[in-house]
Amino acid sequence: MQAVPWLILAAPLAAFLVIVFGTLYARNERLSGYVSIVAMLCAAVLAVVALAGTTSATHLRSSLDWFALGSTRFTLGVLLDPLTAVMLVVVTVVSLLVQIYSQSYMAGDSGYRRYYAFMSLFSLSMLGLVLADNFLQLYIFWELVGLCSYLLIGHWYQRPAAAAAAKKAFIVTRFGDLGFLVGILVLYAWTGSFEFGAIESAVKSGALAGGTITVAAILLFAGAVGKSAQFPLHVWLPDAMEGPTPVSALIHAATMVAAGVYMVARAYTIFSASADAMLVVAIIGGFTALFAATHALVAVDIKRVLAYSTVSQLGYMMMGLGVGAYAAGVFHLFNHAFFKALLFLAAGVVIHMTGVQDLPKMGGLARKMPITAATFAVGGLSLAGLFPLSGFWSKEQILDGAMASGHTVLFALGLLTALLTAFYTARAWLLAFWGEGRVVEGDAADADVHGEHASGEPAVMTVPLLVLATAAVLTGLLGSSWLGDPFAGFLGHATEGAHGGGSVELALVSTALVIAGIGLAWLMYGSRSISAESVGATFRPVYVMLVRKYWLDDLYGWMVRVFVLALSELLLWFDKTVVDGIVNGTGWLAAAVFGRASSRSQTGVAANYGLVFFAGLLVMGLAVLVGLGR
Amino acid sequence: MTEETWVAIAFWVLAAGLVASALAVVLLPRILHSALALVLAFVFVAGLYVILSAEFIAAVQVIVYVGAVTVLVLFAIMMTESSQVRGSNAPNRQAWLVAVVAAGLLALIVAVLSSATWNAGTRMPDTLAGTDIVAAIGRLMLSEFFVPFEVAAVLLLLAMIGAIVIARPD
Amino acid sequence: MTVTLDHYLFLSAAVFAIGLFGALSRRGLVAVLLSIELMLNAVNITFVAFSRYLDVPGSDQVATAGQLSGQVFALFVIAVAAAEAAVALAIILAVYRTRRTTNIEDVNTMKW
Repeated sequence: MQAVPWLILAAPLAAFLVIVFGTLYARNERLSGYVSIVAMLCAAVLAVVALAGTTSATHLRSSLDWFALGSTRFTLGVLLDPLTAVMLVVVTVVSLLVQIYSQSYMAGDSGYRRYYAFMSLFSLSMLGLVLADNFLQLYIFWELVGLCSYLLIGHWYQRPAAAAAAKKAFIVTRFGDLGFLVGILVLYAWTGSFEFGAIESAVKSGALAGGTITVAAILLFAGAVGKSAQFPLHVWLPDAMEGPTPVSALIHAATMVAAGVYMVARAYTIFSASADAMLVVAIIGGFTALFAATHALVAVDIKRVLAYSTVSQLGYMMMGLGVGAYAAGVFHLFNHAFFKALLFLAAGVVIHMTGVQDLPKMGGLARKMPITAATFAVGGLSLAGLFPLSGFWSKEQILDGAMASGHTVLFALGLLTALLTAFYTARAWLLAFWGEGRVVEGDAADADVHGEHASGEPAVMTVPLLVLATAAVLTGLLGSSWLGDPFAGFLGHATEGAHGGGSVELALVSTALVIAGIGLAWLMYGSRSISAESVGATFRPVYVMLVRKYWLDDLYGWMVRVFVLALSELLLWFDKTVVDGIVNGTGWLAAAVFGRASSRSQTGVAANYGLVFFAGLLVMGLAVLVGLGR
Repeated sequence: MTEETWVAIAFWVLAAGLVASALAVVLLPRILHSALALVLAFVFVAGLYVILSAEFIAAVQVIVYVGAVTVLVLFAIMMTESSQVRGSNAPNRQAWLVAVVAAGLLALIVAVLSSATWNAGTRMPDTLAGTDIVAAIGRLMLSEFFVPFEVAAVLLLLAMIGAIVIARPD
Repeated sequence: MTVTLDHYLFLSAAVFAIGLFGALSRRGLVAVLLSIELMLNAVNITFVAFSRYLDVPGSDQVATAGQLSGQVFALFVIAVAAAEAAVALAIILAVYRTRRTTNIEDVNTMKW
């Protein structure tokens, strides 16, 4: 059992190396895909084995000495506990399904090998992040995951939009990572260690002052804000949709963006020791949930709807953690991974087969791709939180937690967001799959060449869809409060699930909201009884604000132009004038003064030289005389 | 009048003359006059040698310097410059600076010399009293100073050859 | 008053300084040569003065050698000066022949 985590890491690492160095000259490019999938299959099996062997009390650590700097020793290690075990299963299974799906999706792509190499690298990084036993290692894999995200978003790097989106993702998360690193260093400075165990004991024993804990926790949360695309660092995630859809499914829905949530959960001892930090987490989470949902109301690109939805759901998770509902937050992460991946992959089928990404240009696709339409519906309903699908259970627990800990405002935000979530999800489904066929062949980046797959959905794609749909239905039961919430018990936070077993009133209210949201969407996009355009015209200012994304992108762009570029101009001036000036000036000085000027002392007239000689002699004589005189 | 007084008078006269003619060498505007002043300086130096009981050296001084060197110098003047031209012994551009440096060096030397104590008396040392100095010098040349003597001979030969080679018209 | 060694030394220093001044501040090559001869004579005076006044201890032959070394030195200096004058004058002639001038400021090709 000790070796299992290491093996889980070894598998994708080996795949990456093999693909990069082995299949580079292989004639069959599909080889890289097979290697990656096989590795991930092994990892998934091992993850299940690990999960099976883990109980709520497991805390397996295994570490190696890495290097020493003076008296400090740095270690590499793995930690296996219930939280990690859950994450391992999520990451490996979703990665495996996405990679199988990609066999069809990315077939014929010129960067096929590169894609699978980076997919393996990403899986390695995410698993390493989840298995880390100390903050330094976590941070290293955190950055690696960010790198893979950059590489995969920019997979079609010849497209300027993709290249720009990749840069934006990397740079925006960088801001968060800076705070994260400072937080890690603060903890290190105060406890002398990066290891979770050591830091947790320090927090529990009161060795750290309250103020320090709050500061460190908020700094750590900054990293989560960046990685999990919370306000105000959420702007990169919608743009990240420029990457291939499977990438969006894996990285920007199920796993990488969940790393922020995972990190907060992992550092929960630190966070829960500071009421202020928890409040910050909850407020930002709750606000982001609603904020992002509003964007999704008017989004035109189907992937953007899902992206904003992801941001919103991540907000829910943060809110859950922030109000003290640890198990609820993690449970929502668990469920969300499956149904969001499902939604993205289904959207990917649509894009792949029609070449269209914009919702208004779609319609009536349910006839052409029934399995996709059905699974999308299942995922969508789970996202909306309809009883008894998985999303219902976790969302209900979060709202319950908010209510129970007295955060009524956040609770209200959560309810409102649930309504909006149901609405925009139904809107997306209706626009895409309902009504008469409106599809005109488009030129979406993801599209297969000229959308020729009118012959039906490929099996390689539908099987993952079906698997995920099953998960979306069933995983909820694992954490169902009606069944005693075994999930929370597994995580070792059983007490939180016992808020009166989940109030029935809350269940009824949330179901009502879901039905209301779906109903409203039906009226606007299904039966067309209410015209969407007239609603937009009535609330024109609001509509514009939503479409312009609250002008945040413009604001950030302006800030970059004004501050960053101004600073760049200043530094450029400095470099050209001062630095180059010094260098060139030194050269000029040497030539002019030590060159031309002093060479004029070589007059060639012997008498001049004689004068200098005797004058020097006089000076030396005087110096000696004066020296002797003292 | 004692011997000492005579010597003193002779010294001062010769010294004054020497300094005056030295200044004349350097300051007179015509080079020929300078050369003649130099001859005068040589003679005064020879006189000083005499009162220093170095009669042989005085004789050599007159023969070599006044006799040979002066003639050489006069030949050079006549062959190279308009010797009677007023500007033939003109100062160059750094003259003032040189004056300062020379004065400074003089002061320095004087300062050093006046602070030194020599193991010197005023009378002729006993070891020299009564000896035939010329004979003694001759003996020394062939014993103590034999090598320099021979080297000097070679040097003169070299100088002669060198001078011929350099001054030879091509 | 008695003439002591110091008198001769100061005299010699004065003549030397005058010669130095002349050597560095004259324009003509011949003038420089004349000044250099002055300097050599000044040095000779010093040598002979030391020979006369300095008390070299010892007994007869050795003492005489030590005592008279000043005069011997002066002799050698005169010999060397004569040789040097000959060569210097040859050089002056050569320079005059090629450049038609003996102005030291015009003999300046070893420069920047």
